[in-house]
Amino acid sequence: MANPFHLVVDNVDKRFNTKQGEFIAIRDINLRVQRGEFTALIGHSGCGKSTLLNLIAGLDVATNGVLVCAGREISGPGPDRGVVFQNHSLLPWLTCFDNVYLAVERVFSATEKKPQLIARTEAALKMVGLTHATHKHPNEISGGMKQRVGIARALSIEPAVLLLDEPFGALDALTRAHLQDELMRIVADTKSTVVMVTHDVDEAVLLSDKIVMMTNGPSATIGEILDVKLARPRDRLELAEDTDYHYYRKAVVEFLYSKQKKAA
Amino acid sequence: MSASLTIDAMLTTSGDAAVPAMPAPEAPVEVIPLTAEQIAAAAEREAQTQLAVRRRRDRLAGLVQSVVPGLVGILIFLLLWQGLTHVATQIPGPVKVWDSAVKLFSDPFYRKGPNDQGIGWNILASLQRVGLGFGLAALVGIPAGFMIGRFEYLNRMTSPIISLLRPVSPLAWLPIGLMVFKAANPAAIWVIFICSIWPMIINTATGVQRIPQDYLNVARVLNLSEWKVFTKILFPAVLPYMLTGVKLSIGVAWLVIVAAEMLTGGVGIGFWLWDEWNNLVVEHIIIAIFTIGIVGLLLEQALIWIAKRFQFD
Ligand SMILES: Nc1ncnc2c1ncn2[C@@H]1O[C@H](COP(=O)(O)OP(=O)(O)OP(=O)(O)O)[C@@H](O)[C@H]1O
Ligand SMILES: [Mg+2]
Repeated sequence: MANPFHLVVDNVDKRFNTKQGEFIAIRDINLRVQRGEFTALIGHSGCGKSTLLNLIAGLDVATNGVLVCAGREISGPGPDRGVVFQNHSLLPWLTCFDNVYLAVERVFSATEKKPQLIARTEAALKMVGLTHATHKHPNEISGGMKQRVGIARALSIEPAVLLLDEPFGALDALTRAHLQDELMRIVADTKSTVVMVTHDVDEAVLLSDKIVMMTNGPSATIGEILDVKLARPRDRLELAEDTDYHYYRKAVVEFLYSKQKKAA
Repeated sequence: MSASLTIDAMLTTSGDAAVPAMPAPEAPVEVIPLTAEQIAAAAEREAQTQLAVRRRRDRLAGLVQSVVPGLVGILIFLLLWQGLTHVATQIPGPVKVWDSAVKLFSDPFYRKGPNDQGIGWNILASLQRVGLGFGLAALVGIPAGFMIGRFEYLNRMTSPIISLLRPVSPLAWLPIGLMVFKAANPAAIWVIFICSIWPMIINTATGVQRIPQDYLNVARVLNLSEWKVFTKILFPAVLPYMLTGVKLSIGVAWLVIVAAEMLTGGVGIGFWLWDEWNNLVVEHIIIAIFTIGIVGLLLEQALIWIAKRFQFD
């Protein structure tokens, strides 16, 4: 099957059964992501960004529609999709190394020997610049470092798609900027396909090739899709004076704050 | 207040006692002219020692503050006890009990027949029963707790029975034990088993149910095998809860063993206490009470210590 798209979301609806009856979280979602593309999902809180990402991750099942990743229909979670959760989700009783190793071992132990698994784990930690924290426990490192371990864990398994749910949401602005730069470098190095949920306009424009803007829930859907054609590598300082950057930024802001104004 | 007075007095004396040779800060140490660096270095040294002294004094003060009220309490308790002996003359005073205890604990491991053994043997016999009953309860209760926590159906199935049986005094199970095992010792172990198992089941099950969804999501996105999920996620996440259950169990078990042994006889601290009552050696009864208290305290402290080692965040 020669599908040019790496990730396909086709006519997907997600309804939840709640005590007040059926709740339509998202509907009619159609999305095509090419290999190596960086896609951001943006929208107001509660519109269903996490819901959509969870469907792609396979943590939840769509009520209607089909999702396809790397030519295979998504029927559950799997190591072909690496997930970075909003709140790092590291296991506190394992060191950074062991947290990553758990994932590496799961995916590669069938084909590789222990030294190779260790090498992969170390490489993943090195990629996020945490070689020095290899044998620390999560409670001994900062929030930004934890999030980096989460990214290392997700990428260590060489997923077809990397899924990030507001990975930097809980971090301070400086750390966030730093990790954004780092993520851009890592994604460029690994040529990863990424879908990232965010509610930060600058983050979306800086990182993405494509910004998927969602309408407000309930029964949210994709409002607009913006192709961001800024050259890479991108530099946040240079972009600050770039007219295209401001054009894209304005488009997103306009969508969020005038077309999809949040009824406060 | 006399209590705070004592504290202050002790604070100053102990603080001073810790640094007897320290010169006062104003006192000139040497009279020979010094270079600026030397003076600076000396000042630095001086500041360092001052700091160290202050730290030591703070630590001592903290210690004094945490220990002194306890000591005062014990003192008051002893005084009240002594006072009580004047009213109720059959109760021996602290001094008499102490003397008796010294004698008793100077030879804890003698054996003069099955009903006359040293207090050490009695304590060990009780600890052994608790250990066995408790160990068996852990062996059964912890896996059961895992299952009940993991499978909602099982939880619903077992919860009425557990809620019904849990409030029953463990001693109520003693006749059944005697009937089934036809011997006192296994019956006592059986009672310990019954009383220890509920906290272990319930706490383990609660721990399993309270595992953060995030951790389980990690397992799901990686598609970990059941074994990995258990060893890397379930077990470590539940461990603190489990240890709480274990701690509660051992407390109850130690409470219950004394009563069970009074009923079953044999060797053991509870039986010994009852035997001394029959012999009317009241000092020994009081010694038994304190011994039971101290052993119970040690058991609990040991478990708290273990639990601390498995605490994350
Ligand atoms: N399991 C569930 N059962 C019922 N309703 C749910 C469930 N999960 C999500 N929802 C509802 O679906 C809607 C979308 O939730 P979702 O978490 O996807 O929002 P979001 O866009 O990720 O928001 P945020 O930016 O705050 O994370 C919300 O109204 C939420 O209440
Ligand atoms: Mg969300």
